[in-house]
Amino acid sequence: MSLVKVQKPDFIQKLKRFFLFDLLKGLGLTLKYNIGAATDKDSVAGKGIYTEQYPKVRPDVAPRFHGAPRLNMDPETHDTLCIACNLCALACPEDCIDVLAMDVEVVVAGKPRRKKVLDEFIFDTSRCMFCALCQEACPTSCLELTQDFELATYSRAGFVWNREMLEQGRETVKYTS
Amino acid sequence: MLPQLESHMHQLEIATTQEALLDNPEMVLNMGPQHPSTHGVLRVILKLDGETVMDLDCDIGFLHRGMEKIAENRQYPMIAPYWDRLDYIAAVSNGLVWVETVEQVMGLDVPARAHYLRTILTELNRIASHLLWLATHALDIGAVTVLLWALREREEILKIFERQFGARLTCHAWRIGGLPNDAYEGFDSDVRRFVNNFPKRLDEYETVLSENRIWLSRTVGIGIISADEAVAIGLSGPSLRGSGVAWDIRKSRPYAAYADMVFDIPLGENGDTFDRYLVRLEEMRQSRRIIQQAIDKLPDGPVSAKLPKVIKPPAGDYYHSIEGPKGEIGCYLVSDGSAQPYRVRVRPPSLINLQALRQMCIGHLVADVVAIIGTLDIVLGEIDR
Repeated sequence: MSLVKVQKPDFIQKLKRFFLFDLLKGLGLTLKYNIGAATDKDSVAGKGIYTEQYPKVRPDVAPRFHGAPRLNMDPETHDTLCIACNLCALACPEDCIDVLAMDVEVVVAGKPRRKKVLDEFIFDTSRCMFCALCQEACPTSCLELTQDFELATYSRAGFVWNREMLEQGRETVKYTS
Repeated sequence: MLPQLESHMHQLEIATTQEALLDNPEMVLNMGPQHPSTHGVLRVILKLDGETVMDLDCDIGFLHRGMEKIAENRQYPMIAPYWDRLDYIAAVSNGLVWVETVEQVMGLDVPARAHYLRTILTELNRIASHLLWLATHALDIGAVTVLLWALREREEILKIFERQFGARLTCHAWRIGGLPNDAYEGFDSDVRRFVNNFPKRLDEYETVLSENRIWLSRTVGIGIISADEAVAIGLSGPSLRGSGVAWDIRKSRPYAAYADMVFDIPLGENGDTFDRYLVRLEEMRQSRRIIQQAIDKLPDGPVSAKLPKVIKPPAGDYYHSIEGPKGEIGCYLVSDGSAQPYRVRVRPPSLINLQALRQMCIGHLVADVVAIIGTLDIVLGEIDR
């Protein structure tokens, strides 16, 4: 398939050019947009507004969105779901996860056993590229990238999240109109 | 004077001594790296006679991140997100090169549904990339309206990406063996709505640009490159097809589900900026046609192949390439049989297309350099890697 070569303008085209037909056609279309903005059905707000009114109106991001990390807890017992298996740290391309485990004595079926539990979890969000490989590696659905996308802080140290921050989440300022 | 600039001037045979400067009408103009029309951090050093470009030299490397070296120290699944950051406008297409290379080396049997979803989403990405090209190219030349309209349509595509992959720009779309998730609920209706609305929008861009006398005088006959020259330089993608060479990897070496699709390769005749504009607009129509067919024929089934626990391709050299929005994007992989590649080399379309800039610009005015950089559709993340 071949596209048409640009031809030399014939008489009618020259006439059209003389009367600014090509420019007026474009201007007509933009004018149509200005008039039709109030009734534009495709727009987000229905009033010809395509921009999002952030931060007054917070956008609803998709359920699969890769945002701030979170360590999920058991909803009933509030124990962490993390089993300190270190798979997320191994899956991370940027090496921004540190899982620190400790051994505790537990009694299983009347016998004392040593069990590895989570002590501290360090997540460096400044180096994270939100690829979600850690989330996919997690066998217990504990580590999850959430819909929270506001990650700015005032210092570099603020980007390093510890276990408490990962479990509780950060407080975000809500702006209202 | 910067020593680096002086060496460039020496290369371009520009006078640096005061006596020679007085005799010489030529002057040097440094464009970029912070120039808005260079689409990133490209520095162009122009040798001018009045307003006419006599010679030019490109200075690249401001965005070098050493991705190829990083890849040597990562396991195979971990390298995919870095590919998104090469050509960040077309992250979905770029990611596909890497996973398809590894899949072919491993001999993995990727399910048909994954192939079809890959086809749909990479074509959506091609449209998104061309829309951003159209927006910025038109803005560089002076047509501001198209910027707002094209970004509006691109937003629809980015919303689909966000719902499907969880990110809008650097999606990390594919995993080796298929997709991380099946299509989200409502994927079908979202894609169909976009496909149905899109031709109307494309016609609107054409109304504003294709016959506009300002657009024509800025693009027709500017930056001409003949078919022979284009092949000799190694141009690929729409920049090559604008010169009338029918080369498209989707046709010649079909990957994903392109073998089942019916589409045409649009070709230009003159190899000028206007022809490349027409080619890219027609490519968007053809992409829409491919998406329409793929969504109609989308098979059911799993979206990922069965994978070994650790991905260890057999030792050897491999090359695989796909037709990205900018041109042929390829991956040359040297494996030593371990879990990390020995060497990963990217064949970046933008870098090789940029080599045509000098030939295209010589003899044109300074203002046309902006138009020619725009028509080459370069992304500096990919040039510098």
